[in-house]
Amino acid sequence: MANNSQDTPRDLRKMTGIWVVLSVAADLLFWFLVGPHVPPGRMTETAKNNQLDFNILLVIALPVIIGVWVYMGYAITHWSAKRNGPEPVGGASARSNKKAQVWWIAVTSFVVLFLAGFGTVALIVDHGSGGGEGPNPVWMPAGAARAETAAINGTGTGILTEPGGEHVLPVQVIGQQWKFTYRYPTFGGFESSQLMLPANTTIAFNVTSLDVIHSFWAYQLSVKADANPGVNNVAFTETKNVGNFTVRCSELCGLWHGAMFNYGSVVSPSDFVTWATTTEAANHANTKDLPPFAWTYTPDANNAAGGWFPDGTVTPYSTVETYGAKQPAS
Amino acid sequence: MTISAERPTEVATSVAPPARVSTPWTQRPGWMSQHLGTAIVGGFLGYILGHWFGNYISSSYPYIVNSGQNSIAVTLALTGMVVGWLLGIGALNYPLAKLIGKDAPAESEVKGWSKYFRYSTDHKVVGMQYVVGVLLFMFTGGLLAMAIRTELLNPTTHVFGPGTYIEIVSEHGTIMMMMATSIIVGPLGNYLVPLMIGSRRMAFPRIEAFSFWIFIAGYMVIFSALPYGGFSTGWTGYAPLQTQNGPGMISYLLGFAVIGMGMMAAGFNIAVSIINYRAPGMTWSRVPIFVWSILATASLLTLATPVLFAGGLFGILDKTVQTAFYVDEHGGSSYLWQNLFWFFGHPEVYIMALPGFGIVAEILPVFTRKPLFAYKVAASGMIGVALLSFFVWQHHLFQSGINPDMRPLFMLTTELISIPTGFIFLVGMGTLYRAKIRFEIPMLFAMALFFNFLIGGVTGVFLSDVPVNVTVHGGFFVLSHFHYTIMGGLLFAFMAGLYFWLPKMTGRMMNKKLGLIHFWMMFVFFNLTFFPMFIIGLLGQPRRVFTYASNLQGLNDFSSISAFLLGLSFLVFAFNLVWSMWISPEKAPANPWDSLGLEWQTASPVPAHNFDRIPVIMTDPYHYSEPGAPALADFGGASSGAATSDSHSAKNEGADND
Ligand code: HEM
Ligand SMILES: [Cu+2]
Ligand SMILES: [Cu+2]
Repeated sequence: MANNSQDTPRDLRKMTGIWVVLSVAADLLFWFLVGPHVPPGRMTETAKNNQLDFNILLVIALPVIIGVWVYMGYAITHWSAKRNGPEPVGGASARSNKKAQVWWIAVTSFVVLFLAGFGTVALIVDHGSGGGEGPNPVWMPAGAARAETAAINGTGTGILTEPGGEHVLPVQVIGQQWKFTYRYPTFGGFESSQLMLPANTTIAFNVTSLDVIHSFWAYQLSVKADANPGVNNVAFTETKNVGNFTVRCSELCGLWHGAMFNYGSVVSPSDFVTWATTTEAANHANTKDLPPFAWTYTPDANNAAGGWFPDGTVTPYSTVETYGAKQPAS
Repeated sequence: MTISAERPTEVATSVAPPARVSTPWTQRPGWMSQHLGTAIVGGFLGYILGHWFGNYISSSYPYIVNSGQNSIAVTLALTGMVVGWLLGIGALNYPLAKLIGKDAPAESEVKGWSKYFRYSTDHKVVGMQYVVGVLLFMFTGGLLAMAIRTELLNPTTHVFGPGTYIEIVSEHGTIMMMMATSIIVGPLGNYLVPLMIGSRRMAFPRIEAFSFWIFIAGYMVIFSALPYGGFSTGWTGYAPLQTQNGPGMISYLLGFAVIGMGMMAAGFNIAVSIINYRAPGMTWSRVPIFVWSILATASLLTLATPVLFAGGLFGILDKTVQTAFYVDEHGGSSYLWQNLFWFFGHPEVYIMALPGFGIVAEILPVFTRKPLFAYKVAASGMIGVALLSFFVWQHHLFQSGINPDMRPLFMLTTELISIPTGFIFLVGMGTLYRAKIRFEIPMLFAMALFFNFLIGGVTGVFLSDVPVNVTVHGGFFVLSHFHYTIMGGLLFAFMAGLYFWLPKMTGRMMNKKLGLIHFWMMFVFFNLTFFPMFIIGLLGQPRRVFTYASNLQGLNDFSSISAFLLGLSFLVFAFNLVWSMWISPEKAPANPWDSLGLEWQTASPVPAHNFDRIPVIMTDPYHYSEPGAPALADFGGASSGAATSDSHSAKNEGADND
C-alpha cells in the first residue's frame, strides 16, 4: 500500500532508531546486571537452566514491550489533535496495509513458534525442568529408572551409583495438612521432617499426599510438583552447590496453607550419608511402625470402594504401571 | 453537531415481543404487581421452605439434622431461594403458564423509574439493570480486596485469623470472577448490540431478562458463603479440599451453577440475536467490531459454561448424596475437577478478554478520526481466539502430574493463542498511525488497556513456558499476571465503555474533571499495586498465604498502600457516577464524541422500539476522515435517527470537530 505522505518513512525511521537503542541498552543491562540474580538462582542444574530460560524469554520480551511503548509514545506525542500534526486520511489506505499485516503475523508467529520449540527442548533436555512429571516420567535423567525400581523393591542402599558413574538418590515427599515429611527408601525407608540432600547428585523426588492436593515447591532447587493423594508425582533435579533452601506448599490446602513451609539443606555427600545413617538408626523403632515404603499411601484407586493400605499386592515400579503401585510384601 | 431533536410522535408498528393476551394480576400497577420486593419475599420463603425440607428428608441422620452442617438442607435452602426469587420477580410466569396450557400473561410494561425494579424484557432496561448489578459485585469484591491487602501489610501481625483470611481471598476471587463473566456482555452487550445491529429487540427477551435476575440470585448464593463459614479453596475450588469443606462450599458450587445458568442464557440469547437479527444490509463485513467481540464471547459463554455447570453439580452430589466424582478412594478423581474446571476456566479467561478488545477497537476510530485498521484481521482474530481457547486448559496443570507428556502440546497451543490475541495491538497501532488523537476519558482508558494488557500478555508467555512455569506457577507472579489482564484489560475497557456510552444510555455526560482524577488514580495505582507483585512472586511468595518471608515486607507494604489508593480511585468513580447522573446531571449531546456508529443515530433517549423503521445498512461505521463516503444507513425517511445523513456527511468532510 502506498504511503500517505512524504514524511511517512521519517516517522518510522525515527521510531526504529529509538527502539533499537533502547532495546539493546535494556537487553544488555538486564543480561549482565540483573540476569545472574534472577530467581531461582543457580543452586542446582535445574535452577540454572530455568534461570537461563527466564532470561532468554525476557531478552526477547523487552524489545517487544519497548517496541509497543515507543510506538505508543510517539503516537501520543506526535499525532494528537492538540499538536497540529498531519490531517488523518481515511479510506482504503488507512483500513489495511497488506505488507504491515503480513509482517506482523509472520514475526509474531515466528517468535511464538521459536519459543514453543525452545521451551520444549529445554523441558526435555532438562528432564522435566524440575516440574512434576506424573507417575511415569517420560524424560528421565540417567539412572533414574533403575534407582526408582531399586527404591520400590527395596533392593538398593545409600546413594545409588550408576554404571556410568552418576549418583542418584530417590527421596519421597509426603504432603499432608499441614506439613511435609520425607522418606528415604534407600536408607531403610525412615521418615523425617528434615530434608537433607547430597550435593552433585541426581535427586528423584516422589511426591504424594495423604489428604488434599499440596504442591512441593523447593524454591532454590527449582522443583515444583503437586502432591496428589493416590498419585506418585515424580520430579528430578541435579544438586550442585551446598546450601540451604526453602520449601513452601504452593497449592492451597486449607486453613494453615500459609504456614506450610520448612527448610532443607544440600550438604556434601559424605555429610549426607552420615546424617542419613544416624537418623536411620535413631528412627529404627519408629520406622517399623510406619507403613512399608510405597509410592502412595491412600486407599487403592484401582480397587475402588475399599482396600485400605497395605493390601499386600506387589506392583514393582515400571514405566507402564500407574497409580496404585504397591510396596513389596515383606 | 446536531443535538437530539424532539422525538417524533409516531409509534412503531411492530414493537415489543409478547403480545398482551390478558391482564392478570401481574399487570396491576404499583406494589401489587411483581417487582424486587416480591422477589425478595419469594427468595426468603423459598429459603425457609428448602431448609425445612432438607432437614425433613434427612431426619434419619440425627447427627446432621439441624446441625448447620446439613449439606442437603443448605443445598435445598439455596435452591429454594433462587427459585423463590425467580418466581417472585415473575421470571417463571411465562414457562409455568405454558406448562399448564394457559395463555401466558404478558410482562408488565411499567413506565418510569420502577421498571428498573421489575422483570423487564426491554434490552435497554436489562442493560441498565446489569450496570447496577455488576457494580454491586465490583464493590463487594473490591472491599474484600482491601481486606486482603490489609492482612498482607505485615507478615507476623495478623488482622484476621487464617480461616477468615482464606475465606476473604476465596470470596474476593469468586465474586470478581463471576462479575468478570458479565461485566461487559451484561450491561453494554445487552444494551448496545440491538442498537448496533439495527434491531428492535433481542431474539429471546425473556431469556435475556432471566439472565439478569439469575445473575443477582447468583450474587446472593455466593454471598451466603460468608454466613455459612466460607470456603477455603480459593476461586478454583479444588477437590479433595472441596469435599472437606463445610456448607460454604455449597454456596460456591451452587453459586457457579446459578451464575452459569445466567451465562448460558445470556450467551445464547446474544449469539442468536447477532446472527439472526441484523438489519438488512448489515453483512458480516459491516458488523461493528464490538459486536464481533460480543459474538465470540457469547459463543464461549454458551459452549464453555455447561462444563462448569456439570462440574458444580457433581460437587454438590458428592457433598450431599455421597457420590464419588472427585473422591479418589472410591474410584473418582480429583483430577476430574481440575480438568472440568479449567476446561471451562480457560475459555472463561477469554470471556474476560475479548469484550475488552471489542470496546477498545470500537472507540479507537472515534478518537483517532481514522477507520479501524485491519478489521478483518481483528474479527478473525477474535474468532480464532475463541476456538483456540478450548485447547489450552492444561497449561494450568503443568506441575500437577497429569498428562505430563502433553506439556509440549499445551505449551504450543498456549503460545499459538498469543498470535490472534496480539492482533489487538496490530489493530490499535495501525489505527493510531498518523491519527488525530483526542484524549477524552474513554480514549485514556482505552490507551491504558494497551499498556496494561501488554504486560499481562507478555507475562502470560512466561507462564506458558514450562521451565519458567516451575518457578512462577502458584505464586504472586500468576496473581499479578491475571490482574493485569482482567483488571488492567477488562476493567479498564469497561470504564472506557461506561464513559463512552453512558451519555447514550442515560442522556447525561460523566463529569470530565472527576473522570480525569479517576483515570489517573486508577492507572497509576493499579500499576503500583500489581507490578511489585511480579517481583514478590519471583522472590518466592505463594498465592493465598497469610504470612510471608520477612524480607518481602517492603514490597508487600508498597503494594498494599497503592492498593488502598487504587480502592480510593473507585470511590472517585462512584462519586462521579452519583454526581453526574443524579446530583448535577449535564445533558449529553446526541452524539458527544462524533461517532459514526449506528447506536448514536437513534433518537435520545432511545425509544422503546429503538428504530421507527429498521434501517438499511449501506456500509460499515468506520468511514472517518473520508470525504464523500457513503452514509452509514438509510433510515427510510423516518426521523428516528437523531444524527441522520446530513450531519453524517458533514463529519466526513470536516473530520475535525473539536
Ligand atoms: C482493587 C483491586 C484489587 C486488588 C487490590 C486485588 C488484590 C488481590 C490480592 C492481593 C489477591 C491475592 C491473595 C492471595 O492469593 O494471596 C487477589 C486474588 C484474586 N483476585 Fe484480586 N484484587 C483486585 C481486583 C480484582 C479484580 C478486578 C479481579 C477480577 C475481575 C480480581 C480477581 C482475583 C482473583 C480471581 C483472585 C484469586 C483468588 C484465589 O486465589 O482464589 N481481583 N486479589
Ligand atoms: Cu499444603
Ligand atoms: Cu488458561
